[in-house]
Amino acid sequence: MKRIKQKYNYAGYLYILPWILGFLLLQLVPLISSLWYSFTDYQMIGTPKFVGLANYAKAFKSPEFWKSLKVTCLYVLMAVPLKIAFALVIALILSQKIKGINFFRTLYYLPSILGGSVAISVLWKYLFMKNGIVNGLLSKIGITGPDWLGSPTWALFTVGLVTVWQFGSSMLLFLAGLKNIPESLYEAASLDGAKTLRKFWSITLPSLSPIVLFNLVMQMINAFQEFTPAYVITQGGPLKSTYLYGLMLYDQGFKFFKMGYSSALSWILFVIILAFTSTTFGSSQSWVHYGDES
Amino acid sequence: MRKRKLLSLSVSYILLILLAIVMIYPLIWMVGAAFKSNEEIFGTLGILPKNPVYGAFKAGWKGTGQYGFSTFLINSFKLVIPTVIFTVISSVLVAYGFSRFNFPLKKFLFMLMLSTLMLPSIVLIIPRYIFFKNFGWLDSYLPFTIPALLACNSFFTYMMCQFFRGLPLELDESAKIDGCNSFIILVRILLPLCKAAIFSVMVFQFVWTWNNFLEVLIYVNSISKYPVALGLRLTMDIGSEFDWNQIMAMSIVAIAPPVLLFIVAQKYFVEGIATTGMKN
Repeated sequence: MKRIKQKYNYAGYLYILPWILGFLLLQLVPLISSLWYSFTDYQMIGTPKFVGLANYAKAFKSPEFWKSLKVTCLYVLMAVPLKIAFALVIALILSQKIKGINFFRTLYYLPSILGGSVAISVLWKYLFMKNGIVNGLLSKIGITGPDWLGSPTWALFTVGLVTVWQFGSSMLLFLAGLKNIPESLYEAASLDGAKTLRKFWSITLPSLSPIVLFNLVMQMINAFQEFTPAYVITQGGPLKSTYLYGLMLYDQGFKFFKMGYSSALSWILFVIILAFTSTTFGSSQSWVHYGDES
Repeated sequence: MRKRKLLSLSVSYILLILLAIVMIYPLIWMVGAAFKSNEEIFGTLGILPKNPVYGAFKAGWKGTGQYGFSTFLINSFKLVIPTVIFTVISSVLVAYGFSRFNFPLKKFLFMLMLSTLMLPSIVLIIPRYIFFKNFGWLDSYLPFTIPALLACNSFFTYMMCQFFRGLPLELDESAKIDGCNSFIILVRILLPLCKAAIFSVMVFQFVWTWNNFLEVLIYVNSISKYPVALGLRLTMDIGSEFDWNQIMAMSIVAIAPPVLLFIVAQKYFVEGIATTGMKN
């Protein structure tokens, strides 16, 4: 009897109570109620009216939905790998015995704390204007830059650059991971006559693979929900070429107050994100290596 | 061999420095642009203005006329400071519960908490809006402070958990023998050792809440309650196309608090990221 009492200490519930309340009231209940709303016609005024799958059918029939979904997937597939590759390369360079590593680390991380802000989006708008500074610099080296934000081909890329610019936090994770690779592995490989590139493929990359997975999943979740840069820089234009899913959701929910329809949209996005992340996790068994300590 | 190493090292330095310039140039250019006339903003590439124009800060500060940036800045602090304080309190309590107590379903609840790290917040935005509207919380800062009080951002709880786990259990046990209850142990013994972690939570939450745009756009409607992010966007909308230097000046004002905080507390950012990212 006494033993069991010692084993369990119910005071723990008291400490985690805030989270339990928060989880139930602000996460679980909203999640379920949005599923319910997604089957209703609800315009903020009046009560939700059950309409079955009509909202979903409406979305799947809407060209705007498909356009936005395509744009969002393109955005994710461009920005996320680019950002992670960048973060990895810079982390590798920094992990050499570089003097002033703190200085570079700080500098590269700075954009990560600013990236989501309106101010940066405003700045981007100026930098990439047709007669803006980016094109000015390009013309110096004899390149006529495109109308970055005015052309449907380039606008999404330009907006995506805001995200890539914030590679700092992924870079810090890679740096921490690189520090954890035991030096002895490299020494042993050197004795076996392995060259730098071979060491990278056989030691560095496998050791970092759990961090690659973590970065990939978290960045993907974030990228699917991107809102601020597209909203401020291009308002989704030109020709809806930067009309990210978040913008469509915002328009439907908070401009037109179609709460039922936008709930359906948000559940579709949820399922898509889930599909992407679980595919990534599923594939990870073949490429992620966990050290023998775990 | 040595020569090759030297060469590769210098290539690395050149790359790092070039990249640093590319990364930071936009920010420095922004500072210069606040002192340039429109012709110069678009006519020249340099950072330093040739014919400096002063007064962009003063003119831009007025905002809409009725509500200026003093109001927006004060609003931002009114929004951010309680959110930060509540986040610290709730994440410390919840993390303490998870890392120092054993109770039924603990593992399950902990996994549940971790899994909400991956719950896309955009999915919750519609029902939460309806919920807050029914509570009459719209156009106030409660949609930010209450979730903070209820530890809704698992990132911080997880960060504190990782930190508590690094503290030796003997500390708690010897205090228990001295007759301290669990709350006293937390406040007197463990908290003083958690300063670095608490500071990490504070700086992250400060920056994130400060920069938050989508949610303030949805929840805050009256201009008198606009935080800086919305104020800046408003200035951009109503500002005539001729006041680019003012918009640049106010963008600097908007990013100054997080940047200053970052410079002072950069060590904590690095530590915070390193502790949460690993062990996954």
